[in-house]
Amino acid sequence: MEQLLYASEVLVNGLMAGVMYSLVALGFVLIFKASGVFNYAQGVLALFAALTLVGIQQGQVPFAHLINAITGSHISSFGWTVPSLLAILLTALVMVGLAILIEALVLKHLVGQEPIIMFMATIGLAYFLEGLGDIMWGADVKTLDVGLPQGISDTAEAWTAALTGYGFFIDRLDIWATVIAALLVAALVAFSQYTKQGRAMRAVADDHQAALSVGISLRFIWVMVWSIAGFVALVAGIMWGTKSGVQFSLSLIALKALPVLMLGGFTSIPGAIVGGLIIGVGEKLFEFYIGPMVGGATESWFAYVLALIFLVFRPQGLFGERIIERV
Amino acid sequence: MLYREAGDFKTSYRDDSQTFPLKLDRMGYWVTLAVAFGVIPFVITDYWANAVLVPFLIYAIAALGLNILVGFGGQVSLGTGGFMAVGAYATYKLTTTFPEISLLIHILLAGGITAAVGVFFGLPSLRIKGFYLAVATLAAQFFLVWLFNKVPWFYNYSASGQITAPERTFLGYVISGPATSAPAKYLVCLAFAVALAWVARNLTRGTAGRKWMAIRDMDIAAEIIGVNPLTAKMSAFAVSSFFIGVAGALLFSIYLGAAEASETFGINKSFLVLFMVIIGGLGSIFGSFAGAAFLVVLPVFLKNVLVGAFGWPTDLAAHVELMIVGALIVFFLIVEPHGLAQLWRLTKEKLRLWPFPH
Amino acid sequence: MSPTSQTILSELAPPPAAPAPSADGYVTADGRKIGGVLMDLRHITLRFGGVTAIKDISFDIREGEIRAIIGPNGAGKSSMMNVMSGFYVPQEGEVWFRGAKRPPMRPYQVARQGLARTFQNIALFDGMSVLDNIMTGRLTMMKSSLLEQALWWGRAEAEETRHREQVEKIIDFLEIQNIRKTPVGRLPYGLKKRVELARALAAEPKLLMLDEPMAGMNVEEKEDMSRFILDVNDEFGTTIALIEHDMGVVMDLSDRVVVMDYGRKIGDGTPDEVRNNQEVIDAYLGVAHD
Repeated sequence: MEQLLYASEVLVNGLMAGVMYSLVALGFVLIFKASGVFNYAQGVLALFAALTLVGIQQGQVPFAHLINAITGSHISSFGWTVPSLLAILLTALVMVGLAILIEALVLKHLVGQEPIIMFMATIGLAYFLEGLGDIMWGADVKTLDVGLPQGISDTAEAWTAALTGYGFFIDRLDIWATVIAALLVAALVAFSQYTKQGRAMRAVADDHQAALSVGISLRFIWVMVWSIAGFVALVAGIMWGTKSGVQFSLSLIALKALPVLMLGGFTSIPGAIVGGLIIGVGEKLFEFYIGPMVGGATESWFAYVLALIFLVFRPQGLFGERIIERV
Repeated sequence: MLYREAGDFKTSYRDDSQTFPLKLDRMGYWVTLAVAFGVIPFVITDYWANAVLVPFLIYAIAALGLNILVGFGGQVSLGTGGFMAVGAYATYKLTTTFPEISLLIHILLAGGITAAVGVFFGLPSLRIKGFYLAVATLAAQFFLVWLFNKVPWFYNYSASGQITAPERTFLGYVISGPATSAPAKYLVCLAFAVALAWVARNLTRGTAGRKWMAIRDMDIAAEIIGVNPLTAKMSAFAVSSFFIGVAGALLFSIYLGAAEASETFGINKSFLVLFMVIIGGLGSIFGSFAGAAFLVVLPVFLKNVLVGAFGWPTDLAAHVELMIVGALIVFFLIVEPHGLAQLWRLTKEKLRLWPFPH
Repeated sequence: MSPTSQTILSELAPPPAAPAPSADGYVTADGRKIGGVLMDLRHITLRFGGVTAIKDISFDIREGEIRAIIGPNGAGKSSMMNVMSGFYVPQEGEVWFRGAKRPPMRPYQVARQGLARTFQNIALFDGMSVLDNIMTGRLTMMKSSLLEQALWWGRAEAEETRHREQVEKIIDFLEIQNIRKTPVGRLPYGLKKRVELARALAAEPKLLMLDEPMAGMNVEEKEDMSRFILDVNDEFGTTIALIEHDMGVVMDLSDRVVVMDYGRKIGDGTPDEVRNNQEVIDAYLGVAHD
């Protein structure tokens, strides 16, 4: 009984982690649906967004490190702090600017290239952004605090204790993250279903040429989609950054989102969410039951091996459509 | 005028399918080899060996291997780091278990073991394609590194969790361990690189290469004209992993002398080799060398210029390097997807016409 | 009225005495000897989900003959050829080849039995040269091991030269010597079609299948291609099955014709027999189906 309850606590925590994975995976799906680009840089976008947010909040001078190295000066900060909400808005603007630049400098020149070439281009983009983020804001680990509640939730503990006689330890941040992720997903679905831009976005996803022929601007849609992916990255960056500090490892969550996508199918928003939950729960439970037998730290590979085994039996993912091959 | 093919007639199909059909290219090749074997070993310094030449040769082997898989076989892999780790750990286990057998033989055996592991992780390629496969190979990368970290048998239960290359000799010269001289390191790696480049060339100009390229260009049509996708893809994975395994073995036993799975063979190693292949040129043997040279020399160059000449802090130089590498990847994919090898080919085209523009 | 139907109507002539195919073949009007059955398709039915692409079709192809499959768009001709080449496995029916029933097998195994084909939408390997593309046609005959190839030793080199000689003969035959080393991706459409034919010929097939070999060609290119097809049949004695839209070409080239419409066989016989078949005329004139 004790073991089972303990396992269910692991399960609940797995679900919370899964929400985070889903959040990153969602950014991938959006870009993939609208442009057919598998955006490896999504994780670095989250890192970049979090770095920028901290930088703006704390009034850091961008490129201070570089300027100091070149001119020999010793500047570091403007000496002011920016309120969290305003800083988030400013960061969102920066992400839009970034989307415009990426469209103009990279995507525009790669229209019609094979998906795998696009994929490798985004790997290059990821490296570039990682270097840029570090040069702009410094590579040291930063703490991010935008006022989200943290720590063990007493309410959840008391509530579960009353219900099962065993109080669950659940981080308040995880609860908030779940709520925010759910709202974000709902907003995105509403946006793509009920707005003009959303419809245009889906049209582009279906067929570039046909969408162009009815007067939809491909470039506008791409900038918009990359901006939205930037916002999603910002949200993910805030969550992860608050939880474990803003540092390079944050960009590795992108790697974790890949198996999520393979499970859920690259084009399915529900797939991204379900896939994220499966992987979040799966890796926590695996580590809980099997981990101690094999030396632990199985979380580093479990998701990939699960996705790999899964793909061999169902190559199109959970929600993807079966492809009929023709000659 | 000087570089031309006119008058260079072929009278047999054998002549026509040789590696360097043009006499001038052939001469260039032999001169390069003569300098590499006959001059450099006598003038090489520790700095040049360790900073540039030895890593260049080792990464060239890895890039050749990955290029066989990606450039010729059309199967993308992000598991290079993991496969290099297999080569390194296999060499370590073999040479500590059978110290009386030559290290060079162990390195080849380690390549064979890596080939087997590569085939195993390549099996999903029969069902999945493109970046699905690329992500699937990440499973190999993370699982293998985890395995070498967590199972003490692989590192002989050493307290540090590291593997350290014991001293080994060949023809009386020390080729592994801390006492290895710069020329010995260089010559061992050079011999492997030249031999494997020759093998890669043989494979890609003949039957195996045509099968790989057929699968790459149009897999369904390839199967209908009689290419067995199973053997074609698995042989590409096997050969590719063999090369990468040998590169990992050399990296550990000859170059670094010590290794730790997640430090030495992490995901960044996979990307580094992939970048070499892209920048050098997909589907080009020359390109594998060019790409490796470029990405080995670039950090050394930047470090010398930014840190040495401008006095920047090293971490800043490292970040600038990241940006430059990233930008170059995007640049090459946009401007010249066939990489440095294609630029070289175009230069030769120009030379062939020079000094008359048409 | 479409040009095709005009052709058919204008060529309505009394049929000559039709040769009755017997077990051991027949002699064509121009005196060529046609042998026994090479491929026999028996009651083939092919479905995709709920759609039936081919309904219970049977016909045979005899050694040495040129056999055409015609029919309006969507009649199931290409699906039929995909069944013949083993790419689709029919839900019902049997494929017999050289006197043996084809067991379940993968397309590459079918190819090794001596079938080669071209595709409606050219399926060449764009990243390779013309020469390499044609050499891939001979892959099934290459016997050297990976190790021999790696060291360019033993059978590998001899094999390469020997097969190159054969391929050069085909290059001469199809008059594409000057583009030997050109990457296929750079060639114009008509030449690509010819290279694809060369690749199929390089396999020295028992049965050569051509899926719309003349689609999208101008008159001269069509004439060239017709000449090549007849020469292949004549000089190498290769049995040919082809799908074609150009009625004039079909009637001139082929010995016997299968007509398909809506996945069914509505006619089978010599060009003249088919021409006078009421159902075939209806299908081409567009009489309403009930």
